[in-house]
Amino acid sequence: MAKAEHTADAFEAALTLGDVKGRSPWEDAWHRLLKNRAAVTAAIVMAVMIVAVVVGPWLSPWDMDYTDWDHTASPPSWANGHWFGTDAVGRDILVRTLQGGRISLLVGLVATLVSLVIGVTYGAVAGFYGGAADRLMMRAVDIIYALPFMFFVILLMVVFGRHIILIFVAVGAVNWLDMARIVRGQTLSLKRMEFVEAARACGVQGPDIIRRHIIPNLLGVVMVYVTLTIPQVILVESFLSFLGLGVQEPMSSWGGLVADGAQDMETAPWTLVFPAFFLVVTLYCFNFIGDGLRDALDPKDRL
Amino acid sequence: MSAETGVMRHAGRRLLGLVPTLLILITIVFFMMRVAPGGPFDAEKALPPDIQANLEARYHLDEPLIQQYFRYLGQVLRFDFGPSFQYRDWTVNELIAQGFPVSLTIGGLALVLSLLVGVSVGVLAALRQNRPTDYTVMGFAMLGISIPNFVVAPVLILLLAVYAGWLPAGGWEGGWTRLVLPVITLALPVIAYIARLTRGSMIEVLHSNFIRAARAKGLPGRQVIFGYALKPALLPVVSWLGPAAAGLVTGSVVVERIFAIPGLGSYFVQGALNRDYTLVMGVVVFYGFLIIVLNFIVDLLYVWMNPRVRYGEG
Repeated sequence: MAKAEHTADAFEAALTLGDVKGRSPWEDAWHRLLKNRAAVTAAIVMAVMIVAVVVGPWLSPWDMDYTDWDHTASPPSWANGHWFGTDAVGRDILVRTLQGGRISLLVGLVATLVSLVIGVTYGAVAGFYGGAADRLMMRAVDIIYALPFMFFVILLMVVFGRHIILIFVAVGAVNWLDMARIVRGQTLSLKRMEFVEAARACGVQGPDIIRRHIIPNLLGVVMVYVTLTIPQVILVESFLSFLGLGVQEPMSSWGGLVADGAQDMETAPWTLVFPAFFLVVTLYCFNFIGDGLRDALDPKDRL
Repeated sequence: MSAETGVMRHAGRRLLGLVPTLLILITIVFFMMRVAPGGPFDAEKALPPDIQANLEARYHLDEPLIQQYFRYLGQVLRFDFGPSFQYRDWTVNELIAQGFPVSLTIGGLALVLSLLVGVSVGVLAALRQNRPTDYTVMGFAMLGISIPNFVVAPVLILLLAVYAGWLPAGGWEGGWTRLVLPVITLALPVIAYIARLTRGSMIEVLHSNFIRAARAKGLPGRQVIFGYALKPALLPVVSWLGPAAAGLVTGSVVVERIFAIPGLGSYFVQGALNRDYTLVMGVVVFYGFLIIVLNFIVDLLYVWMNPRVRYGEG
């Protein structure tokens, strides 16, 4: 009798123990990420930057292409309202920097999305179906990979004119290669897992397995890679704008502003310093967030 | 199977793989330039039709596209990139012969500098893992990756050339001082990447069993690191040298432009802005070829250095 009661108690204890919420790998990763001070700081700075860039131009009393004839090439000043100064034709550097940030961040985001969609689809299909299709698809990636891609992007801009949509496509279309390779590698190991076998046994078709079972499990790797691709894309766009092949006046991106600033830097260094600072801080933050995410999601790298 | 035949067989297989890559490179470049709107003879004032026709005949632009394509392919196989459209009296070969040595000087020096500094700094950080030295080095490395060279260059010019007056701000005439700023600008991101790669792989190698065994036998630390750990730790760096070379080539476009250096990169940008078809195609094919060959050499070097790959194949 006593013994039975004891068993019941233990059973109940076990039940309540079961109520304690287990920690999913995602939660573990989240806690590891929060402990990474560099990544958290970078994320906060980035959030502030994004809000400033989105909201800032509306709050500013100046327009991006408004010429203030009374204050051309003015150094940064509280008195005349141009906190970051003005350029040689009297345009406010603060509002131009924020507006340029909109373009740079937009290009970074959209082009990364393009490369994400192409890369994940391509990699998942190649990895999942395997065999001759896989070999052919990855051989194509190898070949494209060996091409001097920056020159191709320049060529694209020269040939088809400078248009912002084209920058998205051009940059996204060349950046998907790494993504495809990483996704394929992951898919190769995923497709041998029991749950994929189970889905197959239930009669789920290939494309559905890829969509419902493979891609969701790629999320971690893909997230890390996306965060590291965004700064790369921003860099490529700035590079093009710097060479004069990016977005066109009066629109500008950080790269274009840096190019303008470099022209006038001897007489008006502020036109170079502010956009350059914003660009560098953004790239720095994205790289730190990406590193932090990788460490958080991939515990085997922590020695 | 001996190591040498393994490397040779690998080399042969890779060499065959180069052919389709080069063919696709040339094909894409050719057709991309041809579908471009606007021709090389578009000017403010339209040319008289018969002169236009003569010019087109001179450059074979009146032939069917496919014929032009095979003509170009044949030329490239003989390493003849044809005359430049913009620099009259110059062939693209002559322009490459003039610009490339300049670019090569800067790029080569930058590569050597990056390897020396990057590897030393990376090893140092690995040996001081999670200590202030490590954090400082890695912080700077991250900065090196994040700051684009077109930001570094003007800032360096402003500080060291304009304000301090120690170094020339640009140009190609003069002593070795003219090389300092371009080479440093070009090398910085490469140094940063190499330092990060070296640190990561060095830490991994230092945790492996054979290093523990070497330590347990009481070998001095210096010998363990330089005699045993360094070579395997350098493998990721070696395999990254291909992309590094590609990065240096692209970086040189910006650096040459900022420092007013008459290298191949400057010609390329000028050619691109002027729609100098043959020049742009020539430079892309030339650089593409260079990068592909470099990747091939790096690949062989990797196989030669890494016994696991070498015997895994046999």
